[in-house]
Amino acid sequence: MSLTLPGFRRTAKPAAIAETRTDLVFLVGVKIMLWIALIIVAVPLIYIVANSFSSASAVSAGRVLLWPVEPSLKAYKVAFGDPQIMQGYLNSFIYAVGGTLISVSLTIAIAYPLSRRTFFGRNVIMSLLIFTMLFSGGLIPTYLVVQDLGMLNTRWAMVIPSAIGVWQVIIARTFFRSTIPDELYEAATIDGASDLRFLWSIVLPLSKPVIAVVALMYAIYQWNTYFDALVYLKDPGLYPLQIVLRNVLILNTVTGGSTTQNLAQQLEQQQLANVLKYALIVISSLPVLIIYPFVARHFTKGVMVGAVKG
Amino acid sequence: VRRKGCGVSATLEVKPAPVRREVVKTARRPRPSRRTAAQRSLRRHWQLYLLVVVPLAYFVIFKYIPIANAVIAFKDYSPVKGPWGSEWVGFRNFELFFANPVFWTLVKNTFVLAAYTVLAGFPIPIVLAIALNEIRNGRFKKIVQLVTYAPYFISTVVVVSMTILVLSPRLGFVNDAIGLFGVPAIDFLGNPDYFRHIYVWSDVWQTTGYSAVIYLAALAGIDPALHESARIDGASRIQRILHVDLPGIMPTAVIILVLGVGNIMSIGFEKAFLLQNPLNLAQSEIIATYVYKTGLLNADFSMATAIGLFNSVINLVLLLGVNFVAKRITGNGLWS
Repeated sequence: MSLTLPGFRRTAKPAAIAETRTDLVFLVGVKIMLWIALIIVAVPLIYIVANSFSSASAVSAGRVLLWPVEPSLKAYKVAFGDPQIMQGYLNSFIYAVGGTLISVSLTIAIAYPLSRRTFFGRNVIMSLLIFTMLFSGGLIPTYLVVQDLGMLNTRWAMVIPSAIGVWQVIIARTFFRSTIPDELYEAATIDGASDLRFLWSIVLPLSKPVIAVVALMYAIYQWNTYFDALVYLKDPGLYPLQIVLRNVLILNTVTGGSTTQNLAQQLEQQQLANVLKYALIVISSLPVLIIYPFVARHFTKGVMVGAVKG
Repeated sequence: VRRKGCGVSATLEVKPAPVRREVVKTARRPRPSRRTAAQRSLRRHWQLYLLVVVPLAYFVIFKYIPIANAVIAFKDYSPVKGPWGSEWVGFRNFELFFANPVFWTLVKNTFVLAAYTVLAGFPIPIVLAIALNEIRNGRFKKIVQLVTYAPYFISTVVVVSMTILVLSPRLGFVNDAIGLFGVPAIDFLGNPDYFRHIYVWSDVWQTTGYSAVIYLAALAGIDPALHESARIDGASRIQRILHVDLPGIMPTAVIILVLGVGNIMSIGFEKAFLLQNPLNLAQSEIIATYVYKTGLLNADFSMATAIGLFNSVINLVLLLGVNFVAKRITGNGLWS
């Protein structure tokens, strides 16, 4: 291996041992399987997008499959004009940004000391953290704490009770421990840096990849979750997008619409409600799916860092 | 001030190794007790201890106080008296729950649903990862990975909505497709018998790409020399998968399976609750959704806590048990 030149490796390898016929057949089988996997995952996604860009009547007749029929942007116009949906969007944005800021700061604040050998009691603290992954008080006891703190039905309930993930702490700690050598700390100490100064000026700039991954995990969690909102929030003005989506998509509570309509209007309203569902799915998943291809690689790396035991 | 000499050890780094080892050895002899070591660490690194105060408070307040609050499972909770002042009733809530006809249905629904999820979700990512690993074509491989990974980032609400839309008897394309074979439209969500399949296979659809990533990393970690020598010995691709790849990813697979089986009883609330409707409740009501309904909709705090606690304890026992067995059999566990 070490003798082959980089440019020659690719051509030299098959020449050494040719693929046998069974291997070639096997490879074709593998490719067919991957194509099937690709189609199974992609078709529902394309179906949703195609429907969202179709006319209301085509969607209600079930005529759309993988390409928009009678292309129309009406559903998007209605969705973006709906105050409830826009409020949900804004709320989710606030929770995602605010929650991520809080979560990332707290995660670093505990993960960094835990990564330091000189930090006394780090094993005890780590055990305390891991225990919370194995055992929890449950829904109601946690609810009582949130209630006692006066957080019920406030924005705080969305960002504080789920602020720190133990998994994220482990990822960050493992990263700090494996990439920040002790020598660096010793050198900084000799130059007169304090622990906080070292963390701020040396560790954090060196840890941008892991901070990005952890931030992303928190942001996506905040954007996608609905459980905390379901339990802690009552005021519709505070609802995140996912709760609004649940009401519209699953509970079928169509926004707007009055009872004084004639039959034709009702039918149109019903048809619009159908296509609106598809558009809402696209709109709500868009922010995450847009950034996803660019961060997928780092995300994977971060998950791997956390998977290293110890 | 007397212990200032300890700081010197940092500067000794530059000296040749043998000298340094000796210095360390002699310095270690009057080994300071744990207590003084802690005091010294606290004095020198007080900023680190300051940093952890807020996160630790978080864990105490939102994780450990709830565990203490779970004492209301053994009480007749009254909001006026609070968790500690309420009247003690012992195991009454548990007895009531065990005697409730819904108990066995809940346990069975939870267990079957979770076991099905774990078993169906375990082999498929491995197959996908191995298939991807066999492919040299960079672009196709990348596209398959990117697309299969994507659903993981979609929210549960959206995945459930998509499932409902796609399976809808009137509009969904699944019914259109089976209609081509002359099968009449099926109301998948209205029939409790379909609930588990819908739950599990939509989950497989969503998470396979993500789970495969972990195995891909494990496959990449296998020493290429093993593959090369197998090739030279005339092993076919299938043989190399069976005898090099599979043993190579075994430790990872065991850990993932242990985590999956161990967490069987903690199967999530979010998805089951969304897929529920009055028609499929017979199979879709699981412990997590029942706790939510008992606790927050019916405001029976003590009962809900008791059920949740029962669930947590079973889960903990299961996780530790499965981990123990896995360690015995394969030598790989969560904390090996």
